[in-house]
Amino acid sequence: MNLTRRKFVVAGLTGTGALLVGAPLSIFGADQPTEKLGSTGKTLNDANQASDQLGYFVTINRDNTVTIGTNQPEIGQGNMTTLPMLVAEELEVDFATVSVEQLPLGIVRTKEGMRWKYGGQGVGGSTGLTGNWTFMREVGARARMMLQQAAANQWETDISKTRCELGFVVHSDGRRLAYSQLIHAASRLPVVEEAPQLKDVKDFRIAGKIQPAVNGMDIVTGKTRFGLDTRQPNMKYAVIARSPFHDGELLKLDDSLTRKIPGVVDVIRIERPDPDGPYLNLAAGVAVVADSTWIAMKGREALKLEWSKGTYADESTASFDRQCESLLKTKGQVVRSDGDFSKTFESADRVFQRTYKTPFLSHAPLEPQNCYAEVRSDRCHVIAPTQMPSGVSRAVAAVTGLDRLDIEVEMTRVGGGFGRRLTADYAAEAAMISKASEHPIQLVWSREDDIKHDFYRPSGVHQMKAGVDAEGTPIAWAHRLASAGKYYRRANVPPEGQWEADLYQDDFPANMIADFELEYFTVKSSVPRGSWRAPAHNANAFAVQSFIDEIAHETNQDPLELRLRMLGESREIDYANHGGPKFNPGRLARLAKFVAEKIDHRKPRPAGSGVGLACHFTFGGYAAHAVEVSVGSTGDLRIDRIVGAIDCGYAVNPSAVEAQMQGGTIDGLSTALNLEITVESGQIEQGNFNDYPLLQIAGVPVRFETHVLEWDENPVGVGEMGLPSIAPALTNAIFNATGKRIRELPIKDQLKA
Amino acid sequence: MTGFKVNGRQIDFDGDDDTPLLWVLRDELGLTGTKYGCGIGQCGACTVHIDGKAVRSCMTPVRAAGKSDITTIEGLSSDGSHPVQQAWLELDVAQCGYCQAGQIMATVDLLNKFPEPTDRQIDQNLTNRCRCGTYVRIRKAIHRAAEINRGGDLT
Repeated sequence: MNLTRRKFVVAGLTGTGALLVGAPLSIFGADQPTEKLGSTGKTLNDANQASDQLGYFVTINRDNTVTIGTNQPEIGQGNMTTLPMLVAEELEVDFATVSVEQLPLGIVRTKEGMRWKYGGQGVGGSTGLTGNWTFMREVGARARMMLQQAAANQWETDISKTRCELGFVVHSDGRRLAYSQLIHAASRLPVVEEAPQLKDVKDFRIAGKIQPAVNGMDIVTGKTRFGLDTRQPNMKYAVIARSPFHDGELLKLDDSLTRKIPGVVDVIRIERPDPDGPYLNLAAGVAVVADSTWIAMKGREALKLEWSKGTYADESTASFDRQCESLLKTKGQVVRSDGDFSKTFESADRVFQRTYKTPFLSHAPLEPQNCYAEVRSDRCHVIAPTQMPSGVSRAVAAVTGLDRLDIEVEMTRVGGGFGRRLTADYAAEAAMISKASEHPIQLVWSREDDIKHDFYRPSGVHQMKAGVDAEGTPIAWAHRLASAGKYYRRANVPPEGQWEADLYQDDFPANMIADFELEYFTVKSSVPRGSWRAPAHNANAFAVQSFIDEIAHETNQDPLELRLRMLGESREIDYANHGGPKFNPGRLARLAKFVAEKIDHRKPRPAGSGVGLACHFTFGGYAAHAVEVSVGSTGDLRIDRIVGAIDCGYAVNPSAVEAQMQGGTIDGLSTALNLEITVESGQIEQGNFNDYPLLQIAGVPVRFETHVLEWDENPVGVGEMGLPSIAPALTNAIFNATGKRIRELPIKDQLKA
Repeated sequence: MTGFKVNGRQIDFDGDDDTPLLWVLRDELGLTGTKYGCGIGQCGACTVHIDGKAVRSCMTPVRAAGKSDITTIEGLSSDGSHPVQQAWLELDVAQCGYCQAGQIMATVDLLNKFPEPTDRQIDQNLTNRCRCGTYVRIRKAIHRAAEINRGGDLT
């Protein structure tokens, strides 16, 4: 499994004459393979002398430039720049001299079980930054201290007489040594055991400043290798014809025409996964292996296939809706109950009940799923665009029966994640094909494969109920959700725990209304489900923020004022869900007020024009949107202006924060306007961008503002928080402009009706 | 046998001449900067230039490229010195980056037609799709590239 690692080292030695240095001590402790380190007695120094290596993340090259390894996948969120910024900050180097290398999956077996070699790897839930904020700074600080010690030794002085500055150790008497002059000596020093002293955020020179993406030049010149750009010796290409029915099986296969096509190498059956268990792959299929992608696709077209329809052949979007409707007439699973909702609801001055619907969604990253696999009898090499390389490793182990340590997993830059690449179904398929065909292969999913076979964003119907007092303040609140949840067929999730991925029990306005209830209904559906950017928040914010707007309107209140009253002053309240442990409603109120004022929400507007706003707390971060729209007499919707504001605590790379806020907003806009996955006769109806039309530039208003409002010195990840509040801000604006309330997404042509 | 030039190099392709140009570039010539996104001309990730005009190579059979000059992202400039590439870097446009080669190739063509495009001209002529939603910076980068083209300073 060290092949990639060796390549990385060798490249450092031969290409630039460099040595590797620096890493947090933890990486060399319990995480080292026991067979190499024996008991814990040996020091890092011993280990390094034996291997002539000193750590995994930092390389000082002979020209005093620096190569920094990054342990997390880059899916467009920018952490291939942000995380090395943290290393460089503490290492005290010029960020312009830094180049970045993607580290492969690093796992080792210890007496205590499998452990991470380079720290935990995987990006989901906007944790790539927060999970590595201290870790990566310590990587840089330890390396810097070793260089400083090496200089002190050479000068025969104490380390306290030295400091570091832009790639040099500087003596108090003015002498200077470049890091590249110290690397050999430094690499033989023991790592200091205690946690290094980290810089004060106020002293940062690199973090907190705009840093363009480190690999920007490679991207604009077409040199970047995404997963699909993997090219390996003797590699064949493969595509799979999958069952269009969710648990369909192959009844008949005639591949005679396919096998006649020059360049077709093999045809392989892929078994369907256990229809009741966790997914390994998504569906039964027939793989065609060929000399090129196009021949493989032609070979697939020439297959004659017959599939069984499985047990869900009658499922449709209409049947799903009927199920939700009848379920909501019953009593569901009450998953949170504060006070006495029913009693307060019945005695309230006024009561409201509204129902909102959110559809299934596909991830549709621009780079479709793909994976390179070379399975041999004793080892396997995988190159995958993935958010979860350990999942890839586990899936390939399940397919091949190989030891995890004999499976080498490399990560490429990922052409969009959005949650799709948290699963490793495509890696399992690639391993199956390589194993059966005995060729190294690249599995390519076509766009149709990608949209028709996905772990879709759950669809749900949200019934909201509220009772308000004489001032119009909600005093009783219930959110009743009928959903085909994300935990469907997830290992180790009991039926009574399914709701936990769809309703977060501490989400606003929980803990702020005494009589409060959350109720859940599990809808039966065969549609595979998974994590989709800002899971649960992406649907629940629409229901909650629309409902508040409806209450404000019905009670003649300003929608901002009602929100501010509900949110209250700045204070920390408990938040047990992901993104906690605390939630400060005042920070959300600050953003709501900010965007409302920016768009001048109280300004009277002409008929057909209006503004709307919404705000939401997602995975530790705060965001708000205000939208201005005009709707013509024939229902033509024009978005005139969008104002977004984000509070991620501390913005490590303001450029990346702004980009994620812009992207999350546009993703949410695109989705709210046009995107849905529907089912008919047990099959997904959409298949490409003609019927799943991601927004084009024309759909994004020229007047588009993004504001980053910092709060403190604690950063949170920003990949998801920009999305949830744009859809309700938009539909609230449409209501303000037209009096028409959109309660079902996507909006599509509802305004034309 | 189909013959054409790619980034100035003469190519003779003896495979099926129905093969979309995209797959010849990617699988036969190793020019992976041109991306596959949809295969039906909807997303524009596969945009290249044939005789200076933007086409979607996933929908262009290689026989249609006969005798023409093809430019891919790798041929636009290998050092990122083209004004559109410069603007893209300045504005830090890319997020995942997968669609950006196509966006850049389409923008070069757009600026050939409209050297100083209005926002409306951008909206009407740039139809490439981006899942990350980089459009705000793309728009700024297009205007910036136009400025560089007319002699604006590089920063």
